[in-house]
Amino acid sequence: MSNNIDTGKRRFLTAAASVVGGAGAIAVAIPFVVSVSPSAKAEAAGAPVLVDISQLEVGQLLTVEWRGKPVWIYRRSPEVLEALPTLSDELRDPGSKVASQQPEYCQNDTRSIRDEVMVLVGICTHLGCSPTYRPELAPEDLGKEWKGGFFCPCHGSKFDLAGRVYQGVPAPINLEVPQHHFQGDNTVIIGEDAKGAA
Amino acid sequence: MSKMMDWVDARFPATKMWKEHLSEYYAPKNFNFWYFFGSLALLILVMQIITGIFLTMNYKPDAELAFASVEYIMRDVEWGWLIRYLHSTGASAFFVVIYLHMFRGLMYGSYKQPRELIWIFGMLLYVVLMAEAFMGYLLPWGQMSYWGAQVIISLFGAIPVVGEQLALWIRGDFVVADATLNRFFAFHVIALPIVLLGLVVMHILALHEVGSNNPDGVEIKKTKDANGKPLDGIPFHPYYTVKDLVGVVGFLFIFALVLFYAPEGGGWFLEKDNFVPADPLKTPEHIVPLWYFTPFYAILRAVPDKLFGVIGMGMAIVVLFLLPWLDRSKVRSVRYRGPYFRIALTLFIISFVALGYLGTQPATDLYTLLARVFTILYFAFFILMPIYTKFDKDKVVPERVTDQ
Repeated sequence: MSNNIDTGKRRFLTAAASVVGGAGAIAVAIPFVVSVSPSAKAEAAGAPVLVDISQLEVGQLLTVEWRGKPVWIYRRSPEVLEALPTLSDELRDPGSKVASQQPEYCQNDTRSIRDEVMVLVGICTHLGCSPTYRPELAPEDLGKEWKGGFFCPCHGSKFDLAGRVYQGVPAPINLEVPQHHFQGDNTVIIGEDAKGAA
Repeated sequence: MSKMMDWVDARFPATKMWKEHLSEYYAPKNFNFWYFFGSLALLILVMQIITGIFLTMNYKPDAELAFASVEYIMRDVEWGWLIRYLHSTGASAFFVVIYLHMFRGLMYGSYKQPRELIWIFGMLLYVVLMAEAFMGYLLPWGQMSYWGAQVIISLFGAIPVVGEQLALWIRGDFVVADATLNRFFAFHVIALPIVLLGLVVMHILALHEVGSNNPDGVEIKKTKDANGKPLDGIPFHPYYTVKDLVGVVGFLFIFALVLFYAPEGGGWFLEKDNFVPADPLKTPEHIVPLWYFTPFYAILRAVPDKLFGVIGMGMAIVVLFLLPWLDRSKVRSVRYRGPYFRIALTLFIISFVALGYLGTQPATDLYTLLARVFTILYFAFFILMPIYTKFDKDKVVPERVTDQ
């Protein structure tokens, strides 16, 4: 045993080994952390969905599944379309300014490509419940001013028939309009726009 | 026999551990009713682990099969209904016992110096237990399982910038799906139970290091006899093992009544909507978490903003961790505390129970207003604590424990 131990060198080697070992441990942790993100299978299930809307009546709502989420397609009557602009004062974002909630081609007064056909992701922007379709006028529980829309049973958020959120409810922004486009008169494709997939 | 123990003791500290933690662990002699719940929590933990192991033998963690496999356990597996009800009713019993255990700590100041770490480990146990219960509730894959998980995971989405990505990462899919069910199963049966057991060991080791508090909040280690044993202490075994057995019998009596006559607790332990298989396209009319989460759920709903609601809910739990440092009084037990603390504690308990009730009800205007009032009272208990405990008119604490 020698008495003149170089403690400085020893400390340096300990620290260097710890840093290298720590870096290794972090590197090994990465595959585990990434492995729980959506798998290739889950991503593939996000493929576009073709929906035939030839049978869709005025006022009727059709729910289809896209990426595991409910997507609503419904046909609005001329009266509904007339009523939409009159609601502006009661809405948080009547002009659809929040860009993430609809593709550019739906950033308009009706939030749709064709005025009468509305396409929405049926998931509340508050905490992910699926709101209920309430097209009737002035029902007892929603009040006299109700012009038809969606009501979330979980925490009481309200949306109009363009999926725009009312003021004074917990949901912060409008319902999402997914990318979609039409093929001919009667087919709507959800999950891609006219240029290609989402 | 003693030769064999000598052989073992030379290789493993069996006798030493027995003495340290049982036969020569001196606990105050004045424990009362409120001291049953620690050992009862341990009993329920063991029961949940054993019933859980047997449930996994027949349960299928697969979105296609999960709901039917639970019904299979209930109907076709011999005694399956008993094992399943023991587990589902046991979860609610666990929280009943834990809440009473925590209330005991609040009442007698068991969180105060030098027992801060016991409190912190206990709070960590509470948080992990909530995660364990939440993930377990997804497994039957009923409507309430599904939409409850959807709402709770969406809470993470409220975090600015990274929130949506984080929620996606937790779910492993764009909505709650098979991937979510599978990983929750892994956490529920392996990861979190290991953490729970580790924390229980740390909780008890920390307790045995400093010694138990008692209803008088007197430090029994201050007055010792010639042999260095606390004068007011008695060995945990046999005195408190026997006392705790009485508690176990009393608990099992009540537990069996619920288990056999009202295993679903009238919709409070197993919600009615959960007997409908999960449907990702349709939310039930009225979503409510299980009763043990409702106080925090009420706080979430009371705040009219998504992000601040989530922050408020999180803070309601975080403030509990800070308790040992918020309390400025030198007196531990409520028996010798002044009026301010007594009033504050009463208001706090009323607020907690009221929020728990409001969390189960639809959010009408009146209920939302009440929830806001009680949320403010809940937080006032903690925020104002350094003030009212400092200026409180505490009484004189006796030197030795009393026999009241």
